[in-house]
Amino acid sequence: MNASLTIPTTNVAAIEQSPGYWSGVFKRFLRDRVAMCAAAVVLLLVLLALFGAFVTPVDPYQSSMLKRLKPIGTEGFPLGTDELGRDMMSRLMVGARLSLFMGITPVLFAFLIGSVIGIIAGYTGGWLNTAIMRTVDVFYAFPSVLLAIALSGALGAGIGNALISLTLVFIPPICRVAESVTAQVRSRDYVEAARASGANAFAIIRTHVLGNVLGPIFVYATSLIAVSMILASGLSFLGLGVKPPEPEWGLMLNTLRTAIYTQPWIAALPGLMIFITSISFNMLSDGLRSAMDVKQ
Amino acid sequence: MILFILRRILYAIPIMFGVALVCFSLVHLAPGDPLVSVLPPDASAELQKQLRTLYGFDRSLPEQFFSWILRAVTGDLGTSIASSRSVTEEVFRAVKNTLILASFATLIGFFFGSLFGFVAGYFRDTFVDKLASFISVMGVSVPHYWLGMVLVIIFAAQLNWLPATGAGPGGSADWAWDWAHMRHLVLPAITMSVIPMGIIARTVRALVADTLAQEFIIGLRAMGLTDFGVFRHVVKNVAPTALAVMGLQLGYLLGGSILIETVFSWPGTGFLLNSAIFQRDLPLLQGTILVLAIFFVLLNVLVDILQSTLDPRITRQ
Repeated sequence: MNASLTIPTTNVAAIEQSPGYWSGVFKRFLRDRVAMCAAAVVLLLVLLALFGAFVTPVDPYQSSMLKRLKPIGTEGFPLGTDELGRDMMSRLMVGARLSLFMGITPVLFAFLIGSVIGIIAGYTGGWLNTAIMRTVDVFYAFPSVLLAIALSGALGAGIGNALISLTLVFIPPICRVAESVTAQVRSRDYVEAARASGANAFAIIRTHVLGNVLGPIFVYATSLIAVSMILASGLSFLGLGVKPPEPEWGLMLNTLRTAIYTQPWIAALPGLMIFITSISFNMLSDGLRSAMDVKQ
Repeated sequence: MILFILRRILYAIPIMFGVALVCFSLVHLAPGDPLVSVLPPDASAELQKQLRTLYGFDRSLPEQFFSWILRAVTGDLGTSIASSRSVTEEVFRAVKNTLILASFATLIGFFFGSLFGFVAGYFRDTFVDKLASFISVMGVSVPHYWLGMVLVIIFAAQLNWLPATGAGPGGSADWAWDWAHMRHLVLPAITMSVIPMGIIARTVRALVADTLAQEFIIGLRAMGLTDFGVFRHVVKNVAPTALAVMGLQLGYLLGGSILIETVFSWPGTGFLLNSAIFQRDLPLLQGTILVLAIFFVLLNVLVDILQSTLDPRITRQ
């Protein structure tokens, strides 16, 4: 009671200048050197995905029987050529577009769908909660790699099917996190107060719940991007995702497997790109978590 | 305690039923005729009908599901369309090979993961912690199929120390614990161990840091315990959760070995799954997924029970 009584007496200007939660998060994030480096790499990769196709030195689809598997540092091909004589550097640059798209989109969709289901389950409770969470439990009984591959295997190869199966893989974990944070917020006094004053469920969720739960769910979702990148490229690596001749890192890794005895370091390059991307997303997500002070 | 175990086992039954339902729907979600891989393009309508009846594809879906699940309970998963051998036999031979690989990988991962986790947790916010934490982030971020390729490039293609693929002289059939077979295990097991290593290291680091921050540690030090004495108490507090994570990781590796098995041509469940997908062998596909998922559920139950025996506080929650 005391605290609330003292508020009107404090300096109004000081309150207006006092930094909010988000500026605190932003400041903490800027001070985190590892996270900043990761953010820079991710930004670079996103720029490559957006504009890489316009600045490639050579046409990434142009194959040549004579120029197959040229070593790194060849005149005109700084990173060598692949098994069909296509320029590796151009293909790696253009490959960023499909690889990032395939890695990020499923997490984005799963974040939207999983949050809605999880918040509904967490807020309503009761039989609806039981029904939703028991269904989620069933999907939890599958290791994620197995579920992703089984789903894409059943649906058939292709970008669309790979996106659907990866989205389905990430909905249950996001749903579980959303449900548990929503259930915590629901039992807070201000939610009780809002309900007592006659606000309907939709209004309560919009004004009191969303702002408190979206942060933790978002942080958790960002931690899934690295996994999603590895899984999406893995599907293409198995021949269940992107189809040739499209440049995608996982698929390139697969077709270059035949070259591991002749040009081993060229064969390893696409995987290095996947590795750099996933480690940057992991570190970015870790930085975000500690800046937002989300406990797992 | 016994009540807890019983409840845990009872709870697993509806989950397993759900898992079977998902496996079944998964396979029947597949577009196209399930017999397309065995039927010759010019097969007569009569032959098509005969085969359909033989595999039971002519009955309604619920009927197919219940007859499949009833036979599955007795250990009969049907016949593979591509090889016309028993699915149960094929799956269990493959499971044995995957289990060998995954167990070794889990043990390696657990050893190094705990080591890095303890070092990082004990020397928090020092250079050693940063290094150990960096290694564990690398472990969870590396595309393991690529790491497998890199190891093959270094140790098989360049140095010629270890074989690149396969499971030894006898192929998939006879595994023996001698060097001729074991040398085939080294590269895939190391590749596979990287993920559990990273996850266990992260978990152990957080647990060690939490435990060290608790008041009873100060109490122990005040009582005059040596550093080693305190360390023993930390281990006792960290062990149940760390072991549980290890058990779950074994389950993940069993189900998620397909990419690594493809890189190394290891004759396990992943390899089987791969051929089932590309030959559109539906009975084999649903059988393999079912066995792996049920394995995972049972392993979860076992881990819960073991954890509650190690740490009785869990049953009281």
